[in-house]
Amino acid sequence: MKKVFSRPRSLKSTPFHYCAGCGHSIIHRVICEVIDELGIRGNTIGVPPAGCAVVAYNYFDVDMLEAPHGRGCAVATGIKRTLPDRVVFSYQGDGDLAAIGTAETFHAANRGENITVLFINNAVYGMTGGQMAPTTLLGQTSTTSPPGRNAILDGHPIRMSEILANLEGTAYIERVAVNSAQNILRAKKAVKKAFQYQIDGAGFNMIEVLSQCPTNWKMNTVDACRWVDEVMSKTFPIGVIKDTGKGRKDAD
Amino acid sequence: MSDKILIAGNWAIGEAAIRAGCRFYAGYPITPQNELTEYMAENMRRAEGGTFIQAESEIAAVNMVLGASAAGARAMTSSSSPGISLKQEGISALAADELPAVIVNMMRGGPGLGNILPSQGDYFQATRGGGHGDYRTIVLAPASVQELADLTMDAFDLADKYRNPVMILGDGMTGQMMEPVVFGKPRPRRYNEKYVLKGAGEGKSKFIRALILDALRMEEHNWKLVRKYRVVEQNEVRFETYKTGNARLIIIAYGIAARIAKGAINRLRDSGMKVGLIRPITLWPFPAQIIRDTAERIDRFLVFEMSTGQMIDDVKLALEGKGHVSFYGRPGGVVPTPAELAKAIVQEYRR
Amino acid sequence: MQIKTIFAGFGGQGVLMMGYSFAQAAMFEGFHVTYLPSYGVEVRGGTANCTVAVSNEEIASPVASQPDYLVVMNNPSLMSFQTRIAPGGAFFLNSSIITGRPNRSDVDIWGVPTAEIASELGNPRVQNVVMMGAYVKMTRIVSAESYLKSLKSILGTKKKAAMEINRKAFEAGFNYIE
Ligand SMILES: Cc1ncc(C[n+]2csc(CCOP(=O)(O)OP(=O)(O)O)c2C)c(N)n1
Ligand code: SF4
Repeated sequence: MKKVFSRPRSLKSTPFHYCAGCGHSIIHRVICEVIDELGIRGNTIGVPPAGCAVVAYNYFDVDMLEAPHGRGCAVATGIKRTLPDRVVFSYQGDGDLAAIGTAETFHAANRGENITVLFINNAVYGMTGGQMAPTTLLGQTSTTSPPGRNAILDGHPIRMSEILANLEGTAYIERVAVNSAQNILRAKKAVKKAFQYQIDGAGFNMIEVLSQCPTNWKMNTVDACRWVDEVMSKTFPIGVIKDTGKGRKDAD
Repeated sequence: MSDKILIAGNWAIGEAAIRAGCRFYAGYPITPQNELTEYMAENMRRAEGGTFIQAESEIAAVNMVLGASAAGARAMTSSSSPGISLKQEGISALAADELPAVIVNMMRGGPGLGNILPSQGDYFQATRGGGHGDYRTIVLAPASVQELADLTMDAFDLADKYRNPVMILGDGMTGQMMEPVVFGKPRPRRYNEKYVLKGAGEGKSKFIRALILDALRMEEHNWKLVRKYRVVEQNEVRFETYKTGNARLIIIAYGIAARIAKGAINRLRDSGMKVGLIRPITLWPFPAQIIRDTAERIDRFLVFEMSTGQMIDDVKLALEGKGHVSFYGRPGGVVPTPAELAKAIVQEYRR
Repeated sequence: MQIKTIFAGFGGQGVLMMGYSFAQAAMFEGFHVTYLPSYGVEVRGGTANCTVAVSNEEIASPVASQPDYLVVMNNPSLMSFQTRIAPGGAFFLNSSIITGRPNRSDVDIWGVPTAEIASELGNPRVQNVVMMGAYVKMTRIVSAESYLKSLKSILGTKKKAAMEINRKAFEAGFNYIE
């Protein structure tokens, strides 16, 4: 009999510390399944961020190097340039990637660094307790936008995937979600394709994942999953944002 | 009595700053000082002419403060250890430009990401300037929430008086804990308009800059800053002495560590041991003179820090080889109890 | 005199409010007081606690390595704090959900069925204030008047009805324990 819920080889047995219903747990599992399926566990180096996923090395059974807050793409660049035949990925929250780390992200993309970036967009700063993120929606309340995000005072939510898609160096960018079984399957396909693109030397690729944060959204898991569909994905539409086709055809 | 309120340290800084006329705040989330950023998000927008910006990084935040300060606002930014490392570029620029600003560091365990617990590992960074170049930052080290409130108000005055960045060096615990506070009356701002950039209008235009390519002129700017720092050293040293009168051993500690030391001293005094405390309130300028003077009567000192030993260097410099200095430290976010410290002191006392 | 109390329970049981309301009452009575909440990652696990120190002189450390009193609203908190309580101290247990007994024989143990009492009053959300009634009565650090004054200043802007139910909850806890 085939076990349906077996743990991926590259996922450690440590129980997750994430809040109930948190998207990070699902995304970790998806990435580990892909690493298993591609058979790259021994060949992969990951870069976890400062953020709720800061202790990702407790879960991923691959080599990992913690980056200072926001510097994931720069740290990953250093690893990849030194060991070009390894699969290198960075895992970053929205505050990490699109606020403090904007410059590192932007320029790694522009250089076409052959790395894979997992960009976890939960529209808030999770770890520090629910402050406004660059991806916080207009009108969304947070501890630093108590009356709701106001475009004039706080700017607009940043669509990082669309912005990076404009750079010549990017090979493949897709936005996915993990709020339903169907979306998780699509997310897994996208992550697999991204790693395959890297293996094929296609250049910078990024998967943006809309990830529920029930704790700071102050919702239960069901409502949080629904909010991704009904509200969040209106500002951040799901789908392929750029695909140069530079990776192998069968990557799809 | 009725205006005494129970308030957390981080909020007390925010409230004191707004009362002191701070009208520009930029910050970036980091534990354990988020309550201050959140307090400013809530209240700065309500203060007349107040601006709150959640910056995209600590580097951006401190540089926003640089701009606001040059444009005449009383301006502040805050963070905790890793974020303060990023602000160093801006602090160096503020010092070079001779612009007033208040920078709050609620220290946490380091180095690197470290943890979010109270620590005192940033003493060197704070008191040696921290960024590149020959400069100094006035550093205030509060030990209670009341003092956080009072020193925040003073920090703005000192920044204006010396046109220099002033750092409030607290820790995770003073920021998180609540204590009764009575807010003092802020003094009216005294800051010469001639330093403010507003647009030249019909008059002569001016500029503020730190780039001075000519070596002799750059040198002159450095000596000019030093002359200013000498005045600060003459006028602004602050410290507290506690039960030093008949003491045979003096503890030297600052901030939350000094409170723990007082607890330890009281225990030891109860059992007849003559121990006292010198608590630097300004870490720069450092209260070297009182330490040197004390060494005329007492020759044993124990420096206690929540670090592996940083202020001890300043104590040794102050003593100029006099007396005997020992050290007790708990780095990394450990907060020792007064009882634990008392044990360490007893060992030293009995020697 | 210096007395330290840890208030602990689930986030949502109002343990921070218990500590704050007590600390403020002590301030009204002119004591030195510190209130220290747990913060950061500790909070993510879903438990919350705070430490209140009350003294008639300056308080050295707001941390309680050996609290005199322990007010515990759930089982996990009992497990994590019971060994730390000072000999001769006292536990205040929410006996509605705490099934175990502390493994300490050198301390007093007071059980208060806060859920039952609060539901008799028709409002399960005032369980924490029920507990404070018992705590204030037995510890005698602050008077009932000071505590109610503190509670009132916290509820301040809310409706009179809220103060009324909280006052009743306090009295019920106060009268429950002898
Ligand atoms: C220089 C620096 N500034 C601030 C922090 C504090 N900090 C830790 S994680 C984080 C951001 C968390 O938000 P996000 O990147 O969106 O990830 P999430 O926790 O939501 O997954 C911040 C601001 C830090 N560690 N270093
Ligand atoms: S705070 Fe949000 S992002 Fe962080 S673990 Fe909890 S649910 Fe996940």
